[in-house]
Amino acid sequence: MTTEHDKKEPDTTGHVWDGIREYDNPMPRWWLWTFYITIIWGIGYTIARPAWPLIEGATPGISGYSTRAEVAKDIEAVNEANAGATQELASIELALLSGNSELQQYAVNAGAAIFRANCSQCHGSGAAGVQASGYPNLLDDDWLWGGAIDDIAYTITHGIRNEQSPDSRWSQMPAFGEILSEEEIAAAVNYVRSISDQEHDAALAAQGAEIYLEQCSACHGEAGMGDPTIGAPNLVDAIWLYGGSEEHLTETITYSRFGVMPAWGEEYRPGGGGLDQAEINAVAAYVHQLGGGE
Amino acid sequence: MPADQTPSLYAAREPVFPRRVTGPFRTLKWWIMVVTLGIYYITPWIRWDRGPELPDQAVLVDLASRRFFFFWIEIWPHEFYFVAGLLIMAGLGLFLFTSALGRVWCGYACPQTVWTDLFILVERWIEGDRNARVRLWNAKWSGRKVRLRLTKWVVWLLIAVATGGAWVFYFTDAPQLVRDLVTFSAHPVAYITIAILTATTFVFGGFAREQICIYACPWPRIQAAMMDEDTITVAYREWRGEPRGKHRKSAEAAELGDCIDCNACVAVCPMGIDIRDGQQMECITCALCIDACDDVMARIGKPRGLIDYMALTDEVAERAGTKPRQIWKHIFRPRTILYTSLWSAVGLAMLVALFIRTEIDATVAPVRNPTFVTLSDGSIRNAYDVRLLNKHGEERTFRVSLTGDPALRVQLEGLPYETVKVPANETKLQRVYVVAPRGSVPAGADRSEFRFWVEDLISGERVYKDTVFNGDAP
Repeated sequence: MTTEHDKKEPDTTGHVWDGIREYDNPMPRWWLWTFYITIIWGIGYTIARPAWPLIEGATPGISGYSTRAEVAKDIEAVNEANAGATQELASIELALLSGNSELQQYAVNAGAAIFRANCSQCHGSGAAGVQASGYPNLLDDDWLWGGAIDDIAYTITHGIRNEQSPDSRWSQMPAFGEILSEEEIAAAVNYVRSISDQEHDAALAAQGAEIYLEQCSACHGEAGMGDPTIGAPNLVDAIWLYGGSEEHLTETITYSRFGVMPAWGEEYRPGGGGLDQAEINAVAAYVHQLGGGE
Repeated sequence: MPADQTPSLYAAREPVFPRRVTGPFRTLKWWIMVVTLGIYYITPWIRWDRGPELPDQAVLVDLASRRFFFFWIEIWPHEFYFVAGLLIMAGLGLFLFTSALGRVWCGYACPQTVWTDLFILVERWIEGDRNARVRLWNAKWSGRKVRLRLTKWVVWLLIAVATGGAWVFYFTDAPQLVRDLVTFSAHPVAYITIAILTATTFVFGGFAREQICIYACPWPRIQAAMMDEDTITVAYREWRGEPRGKHRKSAEAAELGDCIDCNACVAVCPMGIDIRDGQQMECITCALCIDACDDVMARIGKPRGLIDYMALTDEVAERAGTKPRQIWKHIFRPRTILYTSLWSAVGLAMLVALFIRTEIDATVAPVRNPTFVTLSDGSIRNAYDVRLLNKHGEERTFRVSLTGDPALRVQLEGLPYETVKVPANETKLQRVYVVAPRGSVPAGADRSEFRFWVEDLISGERVYKDTVFNGDAP
């Protein structure tokens, strides 16, 4: 026995394939309307916002929105929020910075960013310098011009052996190739290697001791400890800016070296690209805490 | 409909007016509603003392400081696997319950079901039961209809606001947020979140209702793969009920089945379907039709269970006149046992992980730019960025030391000793130097393995991290 219920045929879409009919299970109409609304919304969005890609850039959209402007706004907001700390950093006596841990943290973080943008080209992103090419390693405990935070800030501001700042760090080692004979230079090289505890010819070194006392000790000191006030390197330690091998030392003594660093103080860079006092202090604070600060 | 005319692929929603019903399943659903809604609304207000440095809200998702507090448990971002594990357990739990009991989640515990139930309850209080609501629906707009509709919508809206409001309390200190909200000084995100959740609750619970389950929810589609012939589901004993018909004192009556075609099962159905058509996609197995039918069967003096929870295999057995399997035999089968063991394995693993985790921790990242630094005395120094984690509610002092080659020495950047203070419930990044004196074995070796130890000086708790020292190999 069939009931009325069983006789009810479901609606079909009218599509028939090989006798198979497709049932019509209609979607609710509001879904369709939602779909139309999203299309209208999408069109409006592409008109209002940057949307269609062009060869260069994209359609700007009539609302004037741009993600670059958002970033600029964010940067401005951050600078504004940091204005107090920046001002404090510009005027602080650097030796007192370590007593203000919050400001120091700020300075180190800011300095790290400035260092990567301006200093890493020579000193490396890890501040390890370039061995044997005269770009000093800033991580070690050996400083040509002093490793106290004030000394570091001075070096950054005025640079080394440049024409930009009248107060730049300045000294000049003579090219001894014009003064000493090759044998005398070889003797001096062996003496320097002896005081720095490296392999050397003892007889030559003894001969070189006299030459050293005569020609070199004025700047590098009788004991070879160097002098950071004139940038004279310490010759008894294990660190060599241009290499400590016989070959490198011979080259250094014969032709001398003339490493330069630009002045970063903005007053010495009328064309722009300099750093203001807060930025210099930040970089000094960063470099000072890299592991060798005095 | 003429055959050459394409039918509409879209249709207006047919409104559903579920009738009031009483019975054991309805009572169970009331209880589940009270418990689940109670948990949802009350939880943010439970306090839990963690000391002065930490929030005292028992359950708190602290997005700003990236912490999740759950009573005595505190989850840090790197422990997110606990949350992932809970989600896996929730998924396996759904598999288990679906394969054993069908769409029991949909019928009893799903928020869509619970809130719709609540909204229908409000609707019934204000507009009356099914027949009154159908009459009101068909009636022309009048003062009375406007008044009833407005009252209903206002009550719905209040529930919706409370729902959206409760949600934001999970993300910040609830009592403070309430003060901020009423004084209009809370963060815009709080208001926006409340507004969005209010709108979704109002629309989903008040108007969309069964359409969410039918058109929007993916779970019913997945559930079909979880169910088999042993899954307990709601079914109509067609072999007992058919042929259906009004019982009359006629000769024909003897041939009729138990179904008196009273449509009680259809009238109470919140999904608007007829369970007598067999299992169908829309059915959320809420069992209200069972309650409705049992009530009718009792009144006409027939045994209960014309509509009942049963498995597909029971139908075959009952039609053949044999005894169907017992319920527990349907439930305990390899599939459900597999799901249960997987669920338990994940749960046990998480419990073990929870109990063996330490209150302090450290990560070590060797600085490899450069790999080593030669110092003026010829010693070789490596640097390590050590991140120290203090999960305690107070500042702790950690000592950093190492075991490995005896020549290696530890130094902490900027600190005179080998101890460092770590603030409460925070991580501290500390640069640690390890120095090998000139001529020592690690100073001249490419790699020397050693172990960092970090010790909490108060509790004595220690953690270690293995890492490598790079020397100046010739």
